[in-house]
Amino acid sequence: MFGFHYRLERKAIGLVLAIIGVASIGGIVEIAPLFTIHQTVEDAPDMRVYTPLELAGRNIYIREGCYACHSQMIRTLRDEVERYGPYSLAVESKYDHPMLWGSKRTGPDLARIGNKYSDEWQVEHLNNPRDVVPESVMPAYTWLLRTKLRTDDLSNHLRAQRTVGVPYTDDMIANAAADAYGQAAPDSPQADGVVTRYGKATTVRPFDGRPDELTEMDALVAYLQILGRLTDAAHKPIASAEK
Amino acid sequence: MIAELTTNERQTALVILLALAVTGLAMAIAGQGDPFGVHGALVMVVAIAGVFTVISGYYAPEPSDSRLDSYYDTPTKFGIVVAMIWAVIAMFVGDWVAWLLAYPNLTFDAAWSSFGRLRPVHTSGVIFGFGGNALIATSFYVMQRTSRARLPDQLSPWFVLLGYNLFCIVAATGYLMGVTQSKEYAEPEWYADIWLVIVWVAYFVLYLRTLARRKEPHIYVANWYYLAFILVVAMLHIVNNLAVPISWGSAKSYSLFSGVQDAMTEWWYGHNAVAFFLTSGFLGMLYYYMPKRAGRPIYSYRMSIISFWGITFFYMWAGSHHLHYTALPQWVQSLGMTFSVMLLIPSWVSAGNALMTLNGAWNKVRDDAVLRFMMVAAVFYGLTTFEGSFMAIRPVNSLSHYTDWTVGHVHAGALGWVAMITFGAIYASVPWLWKRETMYSPRLVEVHFWLALAGTVIYVFAMWNSGIIQGLMWRTYNESGTLAYSFVDSLVAMHPYYIARAVGGVFFLLGTAIGLYNIWMTIRTAPRAASELAADRPVLAGAPALQAGE
Ligand code: HEC
Ligand code: HEM
Ligand code: HEM
Repeated sequence: MFGFHYRLERKAIGLVLAIIGVASIGGIVEIAPLFTIHQTVEDAPDMRVYTPLELAGRNIYIREGCYACHSQMIRTLRDEVERYGPYSLAVESKYDHPMLWGSKRTGPDLARIGNKYSDEWQVEHLNNPRDVVPESVMPAYTWLLRTKLRTDDLSNHLRAQRTVGVPYTDDMIANAAADAYGQAAPDSPQADGVVTRYGKATTVRPFDGRPDELTEMDALVAYLQILGRLTDAAHKPIASAEK
Repeated sequence: MIAELTTNERQTALVILLALAVTGLAMAIAGQGDPFGVHGALVMVVAIAGVFTVISGYYAPEPSDSRLDSYYDTPTKFGIVVAMIWAVIAMFVGDWVAWLLAYPNLTFDAAWSSFGRLRPVHTSGVIFGFGGNALIATSFYVMQRTSRARLPDQLSPWFVLLGYNLFCIVAATGYLMGVTQSKEYAEPEWYADIWLVIVWVAYFVLYLRTLARRKEPHIYVANWYYLAFILVVAMLHIVNNLAVPISWGSAKSYSLFSGVQDAMTEWWYGHNAVAFFLTSGFLGMLYYYMPKRAGRPIYSYRMSIISFWGITFFYMWAGSHHLHYTALPQWVQSLGMTFSVMLLIPSWVSAGNALMTLNGAWNKVRDDAVLRFMMVAAVFYGLTTFEGSFMAIRPVNSLSHYTDWTVGHVHAGALGWVAMITFGAIYASVPWLWKRETMYSPRLVEVHFWLALAGTVIYVFAMWNSGIIQGLMWRTYNESGTLAYSFVDSLVAMHPYYIARAVGGVFFLLGTAIGLYNIWMTIRTAPRAASELAADRPVLAGAPALQAGE
């Protein structure tokens, strides 16, 4: 073996090919089978896609680096299930490009934060966490209420999402900007379209309390309020934790 | 710098820079009103500044052919200084972020200065800015010496180094503007990723061309590690960053993968960024500088072979230990755990090989802070890999995952291993490169050593404590069978440790700043006589290149 190596290390190309070969095996064995979707990801016929407003909120979540402090992955452990709710299923992040499972819990898990608090609480908390939780070390996101949400490129967002495999329809793509506006303005003419396209269960509310103006706060709160609620799959089998 | 390029190379440089300027302009126009446009403008300005630099030196006389009798070290010098500057900036941001976790209001009321945007500036800044520049700079140095061949030309090392730093700057400024893919250690967006691929290919080709010119029949161990670093990082980077941009004028893209497949791909990447960036590359550094500085050959050639292939093979299976108890299928988790535990063997063989090399040179370790940096690095390498294999065991990970224990492990590796070996290698090469007897102040090297060691120990102990307490509080039940502590209870318990960690960080940062000052002053002092350097020439068969002991 060492004799062979003695010859191998005299050939740069041989060494290069050997490194590529040896280093490829692990990844191929572990990753390729995961794309046989049906064994990896549960079926959830009720699963819906993010509305344009929620998707925009998700992008703000990414932009601000919320994932650096918050996980969105409840593990199959008893204490986690009791603290945060039924453990996360693979299907729940099926439309998450990229996933936001996270690796650090400086703050609590958010996989099931949807509907845990009111919109007002979320707005106040994001604007300055220490107003509601004095011990918090979460940053204050004061600029979210001040910043208007950019909607002109939302159709592009949905189109790119479709390219990577999320089932947005042509209709959804064409009306993305209007739907984003409508979802945060229940009395506006645009509101009906949201429910038609994304289903009755879609929340249409003035998330930041001001239906006339569409802010980044609207988008982020809309996203937080849907977390864990795109499908019921996790609640169906009594989520029994592995101890 | 321009005077060292041949006329041909000056022309090529101009063409490349003009192409870059045009690309920047196109980006700036297509991306108006988007951070993409800002980056376009940045690229254009940088490229135009480059054009002017080349033009101003264009008519300088060509370098004489005698240059071919010596190694080409200007890029290495540049890379070392830049690495230290990145180190100071990125560690400053790291310490700022550390204080923010104790006192969240220590910042401005502005988006760019919030924790979530600064944190990736820290991680990318230290890993890519500091670590990456140090790796590239030392690899140029090492591959020339161990091959006894000069770099094949003068332009490509500059393309690699400057191109790489452009990538780092685009990445860091992007985070401040909110441009990120959110994939840990792969945050830069699609256009920066494409640029890095171009730079990386040039780096690989440069490495192979230098090896092809070598006058040593064997490729020395250090080069195997540098090669593995270059090759595997390319592989990981390309696969993990596959994404679809929303338009040609926007910074935003969506990852090709989603959910569980994305998680596995990301941590296959993430863990092997640790393996091939933070381990392989730095082992390459260790395998050259430690024997050189100690004046002793590597203890065992066979151990080098076993550990090299062991690391290259096993690491690639271990990524799933980042996903224990998640929605990832369990067989993948079990494979990841098994290989992580096996990984301890080649890791400890490497660390042992390094420490055994010092056998017989312990008096030097006692007297020479530079060698001591390297020795401590090897010890921390052994410690971190032991800790890692331990944390990869599922029940242990159920406690450690999501807590500060991970952060403690990270910095035991990052401060104790990566930064220490880099400081050792840099302190060793600076006097060699600038033809000085010693560093400007060996005393300051000594001060840096103790500051760095104290900082690391404080940091790591603080995080071990807070991590384990956090993990235990989250899972403690009271008699009535309900969870005993709220999340905020655990948050309050972390506070003293967060302060301790930030203080440790101040020590470490201070040491780094002193290091930069010391290097700067060394560069400014007078050179020694050139004749003593005859041994450091490629064509003279003076000193043999490094050989293993057996
Ligand atoms: C520095 C780390 C940090 C960052 C960054 C951060 N958070 Fe938090 N977050 C916390 C901490 C700590 C808590 C717990 C204390 C509290 O409720 O404020 C928390 C709590 C929360 C809660 C309440 C969870 C619950 O179950 O009570 C929500 C919702 C939340 N954060 C959302 C966000 C969003 C959205 C962002 C990004 C815009 C974000 N966080 C960024 C640290 C962080
Ligand atoms: C002055 C020294 C340093 C200080 C004060 C410091 C501080 C920090 C802080 C506060 C965090 C965030 C932790 C959290 O989110 O809870 C962090 C993360 C990180 N740092 Fe450092 N750091 C330092 C040096 C370094 C160096 C030299 C490296 C690498 C070579 C490094 C690599 C990392 C990495 C990889 C992370 C991400 C960890 C994770 O996600 O688990 N740091 N650092
Ligand atoms: C035998 C070698 C090693 C093994 C088996 C190992 C294992 C692990 C494990 C189990 C985790 C925790 C994952 C989690 O729970 O999320 C981890 C995290 C980490 N390790 Fe190691 N480790 C090893 C060596 C190293 C070295 C040498 C470094 C160098 C700096 C390092 C850097 C990191 C980083 C940066 C993370 C944090 C990733 C993140 O969550 O952001 N590891 N490692």
